[in-house]
Amino acid sequence: MESISALEAPERRRFLIGATAVVGAIGVAGAAVPFVRSWAPSAKARAAGAAITVDIASLAEGEMVSPIPAWRGKPVFIVRRTSTQVEELESPDDALADPDSQRPQQPEYAQNNWRARRPEIGVFVGVCTHLGCSPKFYGAPSEEGIDPAWEGGFFCPCHGSRFDLAGRVVSGVPAPSNLEVPPYFFASDTLIVVGEDSGEVVA
Amino acid sequence: MRAGTPELPPSFLARGVAWLDERFPLTETWNYHLARYYAPKNFNFWYFMGALSLLVLVIQLGSGVWLTMSYVPSGEQAFASVEYIMRDVDMGYIIRYMHTTGASAFFLVVYLHMFRAMLYGSYRKPRELLWLIGMAIFLVLMAEGFFGYLLPWGNMSFWAAQVIVSLFSAIPFVGESLATWIRGDFVMSGITLTRFFALHVVLIPIVLIALVFLHLVALHHVGSNNPDGIEIKRNKDANGIPRDGIPFHPYYVVHDINASVIFLILFCLVLFYAPEMGGYFIEKPNFEEANPLKTPEHIAPVWYYTPYYAMLRAATFPLFGLDAKFWGMVVMAVAILIPAALPWLDRSPVKSIRYKGRWSKAMLGIFVVSFLVLGYLGTIAPSPMATLAAQIGTMAYLSYFLLMPWYTQVEKIKPVPDRVT
Repeated sequence: MESISALEAPERRRFLIGATAVVGAIGVAGAAVPFVRSWAPSAKARAAGAAITVDIASLAEGEMVSPIPAWRGKPVFIVRRTSTQVEELESPDDALADPDSQRPQQPEYAQNNWRARRPEIGVFVGVCTHLGCSPKFYGAPSEEGIDPAWEGGFFCPCHGSRFDLAGRVVSGVPAPSNLEVPPYFFASDTLIVVGEDSGEVVA
Repeated sequence: MRAGTPELPPSFLARGVAWLDERFPLTETWNYHLARYYAPKNFNFWYFMGALSLLVLVIQLGSGVWLTMSYVPSGEQAFASVEYIMRDVDMGYIIRYMHTTGASAFFLVVYLHMFRAMLYGSYRKPRELLWLIGMAIFLVLMAEGFFGYLLPWGNMSFWAAQVIVSLFSAIPFVGESLATWIRGDFVMSGITLTRFFALHVVLIPIVLIALVFLHLVALHHVGSNNPDGIEIKRNKDANGIPRDGIPFHPYYVVHDINASVIFLILFCLVLFYAPEMGGYFIEKPNFEEANPLKTPEHIAPVWYYTPYYAMLRAATFPLFGLDAKFWGMVVMAVAILIPAALPWLDRSPVKSIRYKGRWSKAMLGIFVVSFLVLGYLGTIAPSPMATLAAQIGTMAYLSYFLLMPWYTQVEKIKPVPDRVT
């Protein structure tokens, strides 16, 4: 009986097959949701990778936030530059490998002479781009013997890479690129959120 | 066992086979795929590679299953468990080296197998689908190798995977979230490791085996090509058997067993005396645990990916507002996928290189040279000269494919004989 009706109404048969296929496809798509979603970062991974908030109210000029905060397991350097240092970053003495920050080592808003949202505040991932050591911060011309003429910046003790106060790498050192600038924004005048470009502060 | 012979005495074995045949197409399958599968009689060296890749697949499955018995897929324990296999498990190092040597051997025989098809036009009608299934196997094999390479959780594993996953972040708009989705984390982590483990040992092998099965079914339906590129089915005797064909069993079974023995001798020489192959099969930084804070001085993939890696790095300038990284990914994807178009790019009236003209021979030579040179360039640190060479090599590689519709039509071909030679 079934086959006869199929012969008599091929249009109807095609419609039913099509409708069944569409409903089936929707079902498959729905069933795929948990499989796709389960690949997203888990709550644990999200918590470990969450943004951090740093208070810079007590950060003095030429100093770095201490103890050094960590974001996604990496040290974050937050420094306040003096007005002289801010000016000097516009016309650096040292030959820099990437003075205009052409390489994607920073968010767009940090692609300037200070590699920062605000000229006086610098925020960097404190990991040398050579082999991942953590550089030391020199907030003023160093008397410790690295180079008395040096204006200060970041010096990696492992292999001698040097970065200026904007985290730009000096040419001729092992590190290939500038220090990474993480995404960050100012939640208020003295609160920096590191790990996100914008948003509300979670208290 | 000659199950196909009808005059067997009613022995216990024959009765057993008869019992099975009533319930399962045993003799039928044996005949269809082996005893009465007629393969061209003029197979040469290149035709061993298909059988050898099956052999390597078996080696990989066996050694792989045994490795999972001692391996611990977690960010904390993976590296230590591989060292445990290497040092503490009895003969564990042999099992592991079998698997790493097997991976390189797999790509070697598969590359030679694919080159055979390019030599003799085995991708041409009616074998287009056979070729496409083969290309799918190649892609799945690359994925299998990539996922597997992360599992030892060595520092090169980590950074190679980091580089490849971050390729996806070059895709406009969705890239960054796609890369995060693949990693399951904002950086490469144990979460990435466990999902790569699941893919490497469960999902991809199932897909691979299914595709190999389809590849064989398609092959035995259309029949094997041969070095002359002549269709032997066009010339059959009174019994419907191709005049230029011989039964696969026993003739080619014996051939392939011979080849397998020689292959296994070479395989064991590598396995016993040079399993790391001077850093080409297992790279030196991989003897150090994965360290997100320490990039190896020079990141290079294992040798079988280096031609494509060289092409990835050859794209050094932005175009149409998209950065070089994105175009590198595009070039690499095109380079990997373009052989799939061969059945439609090749417009020659003949299949085999034996009867094609000078252009085809010269271009095939250029293809081979560019592939080898790119393979070398992918292993060395980038320099302006190397990048320029890689750019020239990429153009040469692609021109073999993209100019094919033209040069296969204009060249002077040789007459093709009626029978295989």
